[in-house]
Amino acid sequence: MTERETERETGREKWNWDVGSRNVADLGKLRAAYTDVHELTVSADGERVAAPVVAEDGSFRVAVNGEVWETELEKAWHLKFTPDDRLTALVRVDDMWTVAVEGELWEQRYPFAWNTKFSADGRTIAVQIKAGMEYSLCINDKPWDRNFLSIRNYALSDDGRRAAALVQVVELVTADTETFAEGTWSVAVDSETWDEKFIGVWAPVISPDGEHVAVQTRTERFAYTIALDGAPWESRYGCVWEPGFRPRGEGLLAPVRTGASWSLAEDGEPLWKTPYVQLWYVRFSPAGERVAAVVATDFGRWTVAVDDRPWGCTFGDVVMAPVFSTDGKRVAAAVRHEGRWTVAVDGEPWSHWFDTVWDPVVGAGRGPVLAKVKNQGAYGLAVDGRVGAQRYEHLWDPTFSPDGDKVLIRGVQSGKYIRRVVLTEELG
Amino acid sequence: MAVADPGFDLALAKLTPERIEQVINSVLSQAVAERMKLFLKTCVHCGLCADACHTYLSRNRDPDFAPVAKVRDTLGVMLKKKGRVSPEFMKNAARVAFIECGGCRRCSMYCPFGIDIATMIMTIRRICSLLGMVPQFIQDTTNSHSATSNQMWVQPDDWIDTVMWQEEDAQLEVAGLRIPLDKEGAEVMYSVIAPEPKVMAQLIANIAVLMTVAKVDWTMPSADGWDNSNMAMFSGDLEIMGRIEREHWERALELRVGKMVMGECGHAYRGAVYDGPKWLGWQGPPLPMVHAVELYYDLLREGRIEITDKLTEPVTIQDPCNIVRGRGLHEKLRYVVHALCDNVVEMDPKFEHNYCCAAGGGIINCGAPWKMARLKSIKIKATQLKKTGASLCITPCHNCHHGVVDIIGHYHIDMRTSFLIELIVKQMKIPEGLGV
Amino acid sequence: MSTMVNFVSGPLVWIALVTFVVGTVVRIVLMIRTIKLDKTVLPAMTVKHSLRSIFFWTLPYGSRSMRTRPFFSGLSYLFHLCLLALPLTVMGHAVLWQQAWGIRWWSLPSGVADVMTAVVIFAGGIFLLRRIMSPEVRNVNTWRDYVILVIVLLPFVTGFIAYHQWLDYRTIIILHMVSGAVWLMAIPFTWLQHMFMFFFSRAYMGSEFGAVRNARDW
Repeated sequence: MTERETERETGREKWNWDVGSRNVADLGKLRAAYTDVHELTVSADGERVAAPVVAEDGSFRVAVNGEVWETELEKAWHLKFTPDDRLTALVRVDDMWTVAVEGELWEQRYPFAWNTKFSADGRTIAVQIKAGMEYSLCINDKPWDRNFLSIRNYALSDDGRRAAALVQVVELVTADTETFAEGTWSVAVDSETWDEKFIGVWAPVISPDGEHVAVQTRTERFAYTIALDGAPWESRYGCVWEPGFRPRGEGLLAPVRTGASWSLAEDGEPLWKTPYVQLWYVRFSPAGERVAAVVATDFGRWTVAVDDRPWGCTFGDVVMAPVFSTDGKRVAAAVRHEGRWTVAVDGEPWSHWFDTVWDPVVGAGRGPVLAKVKNQGAYGLAVDGRVGAQRYEHLWDPTFSPDGDKVLIRGVQSGKYIRRVVLTEELG
Repeated sequence: MAVADPGFDLALAKLTPERIEQVINSVLSQAVAERMKLFLKTCVHCGLCADACHTYLSRNRDPDFAPVAKVRDTLGVMLKKKGRVSPEFMKNAARVAFIECGGCRRCSMYCPFGIDIATMIMTIRRICSLLGMVPQFIQDTTNSHSATSNQMWVQPDDWIDTVMWQEEDAQLEVAGLRIPLDKEGAEVMYSVIAPEPKVMAQLIANIAVLMTVAKVDWTMPSADGWDNSNMAMFSGDLEIMGRIEREHWERALELRVGKMVMGECGHAYRGAVYDGPKWLGWQGPPLPMVHAVELYYDLLREGRIEITDKLTEPVTIQDPCNIVRGRGLHEKLRYVVHALCDNVVEMDPKFEHNYCCAAGGGIINCGAPWKMARLKSIKIKATQLKKTGASLCITPCHNCHHGVVDIIGHYHIDMRTSFLIELIVKQMKIPEGLGV
Repeated sequence: MSTMVNFVSGPLVWIALVTFVVGTVVRIVLMIRTIKLDKTVLPAMTVKHSLRSIFFWTLPYGSRSMRTRPFFSGLSYLFHLCLLALPLTVMGHAVLWQQAWGIRWWSLPSGVADVMTAVVIFAGGIFLLRRIMSPEVRNVNTWRDYVILVIVLLPFVTGFIAYHQWLDYRTIIILHMVSGAVWLMAIPFTWLQHMFMFFFSRAYMGSEFGAVRNARDW
């Protein structure tokens, strides 16, 4: 979530917030000019739409607002805009992979490169790389000075100075279950590995100040805990899920399983008292004083608990990660019940239900809650549960202006990518 | 019986009776085990489950292979002795639970009381897993799930690279074919088992051909969670089972796909629809889950694909336990097979009553040391296959597929096996516009 | 002797009935409690699939399992039918109930009851033989299984003898009453509890197959 939120924070005041609608690119023209146009990507400010395009000879290019990058590529995919709105792509040239930023290719080339991540300000770009038969990270075109037997995933700190990766540190031959049980995985922070080895490590997270790294660890075959900067908590649990640092100050929280029930622990001590059938997706209010998580209060009964108080209503299929409003006062989540999706805000589901609903966007104060929704193949913007007349062939998450008075809508209508700014009060 | 499996033998050396007692009693005090005890009190020892079991029928009706005897010799003794059993006893219990029962649940259909014997066997596997007494190869597979989320130690780049390579390969057959990765809002997320990218990559190209011709709006995830298989479910490592099922569903939920479709695999279906969700607290899967057989059925029914060539040779059908006894897909399976083949010779018995392949339930994943035991325990399937006189056996499940391949090899049956998708892409009309 | 008769036809009947009823109720309560321990069970159960399973498994030859053994299944069906019908409808019992509680009850013609008793004894004998002769059954049988079968059969054997007045009637009647009481009391404490557990386990499995897995279980 932090990535999404910071994306919205970055330079939003500088965007064009003039009310009105603008055709940014005619996708039909692009489709006519190329054999294939792949999935679209849109910048956060909505000013640019990009897609890999394939020419008749099978070569790839990246098209941005209808213009293509000069470089001809063997392949291009995973287009992503950085939070500061630079376009990146994973590209293959001469049978080697690298990162392209605004059409410029990194100098480093690898047999494979994937899983792009950015710092909060967008200045740091990182990828996982395969170098020879080993694995490493490459950050801003500079590889780590060490390779590993394998890297499963990694995290980048908000300021981009630090990276933490899940690394395999002991070689394992086929079916060597004994060595595996002794621990073959660890965490590398800025390419330096922790001393401790674990049977398993998952989902690294870096504290907001970039000083600490935490992961889920499997210390014995049936014992799990959270390790902070290489040191496991003293308590052992039947299972744990991904930890999260409080946004300000100290405090590391994680869902932990004891017996057959889940609860929330902080720094290895119980924080919430209620035993739940499930507890995951822990989220903090921006100031960090409130904690929300998805919980199952009973088998098959899902809801959101805020500070250990579950909402009054539950949902049968799934509840997605809770989203705090920017002032931390409201909590909303996309929920699915009996095959239909909607958004629940502070325990109240919208009265309308949809085929699909994306994570809600919740502004400050008493403004509306927005969500991108899909019904019978057409996308729409739901405002407090109501979808206006506009339908889209494609739609991206809406964004509030910094003062919350306006909303940026990015969508495709009649084959054209449209950037639209509307007054919040006129929505719906 | 004297099969050397390091998974057993190393554990044997480390286990103490105290540890065994503690683990057994902790498991047997849990809710599932309490339910199993109730079942045991209902059992009247009538022996009617014996004839339901392929191991009993295959091993010259050796009474020790009857389901009731397997339970008596394992769980029964553990309960009676309150967990005070020897490491040697546990080794035998592990052999019975891992090798001589795949949890196909056929016996529950022959027990007048519907006693859930398969769950009892899985409870024993759980005990064995906690004690570290698990056949080496399936433990290795579970370790792979733990470390990599997939069952065959596939590196993250290998997965993406293989999908791209298969996409390029298949484009030689169908113009404009795509395997869209990470496409948000797609109607379908397709998931495979790790042996596909590892050793059967062609199957990925095949499904891409089908999806393109049928114009299905589909995607596959590039990140971990793409593998739907789950051997941890069978090795008794429920924590890892739950973890990888969560990751599998998370990919689909993040992408907000309409539904998940999985390839021709039975146990993966079970893991994603029943065992995984249950452990995680979901009453069912969080999004609809569709097995490949159902997808083919729908596409044929809706006329989205057209079969132009039909096989004329005699063809028989293996009913996989997890999608037939476990999902009731046998009629849809017949519909698809009859669309592809003119001469279908049914096995006897068929549908929910068909015999197990003896490979599923994790048995084949226990590896080479147990291959002979497995094949001995499935003679009945060889007899059943021979009797059909078919030259092709359709196996819409990876475990069934490999199990039947082993059976026809060992018992010298003149027969081949095929997944449905292999027949479909060969016998399907490629529309003019998509021809290369 | 008459005190003996008074005891077995009075207090013993009460003891047996109370033990049976209380034992059964306790068993069922404990079972429901056990089932509730696992939160995943009850939400997965449906009335439709429970009844569907019970229906096909109480219908003669309703399951493939039964059809694969036509003789044994038929015999077993008759055995259970007669076994349950006789204690409730045999004329001698009806008379006792009328004397004791004034309940008027329909009863079987004595000739029919006699044949039905013979069926129970015959079938029971076959079951006993099967338990001894059939390797897969013998392998899992213990002395308990034989004792339970004897407990089940004794009231019928003694009832049969008493009806035909072959041996000393009073002794046989006492034996009949005692064995009947033992039979009732054994139900909650042995696998004879399958008498009521049948419905619960079938409901569970019927739902597991039908509601959860969309498949048939018969």
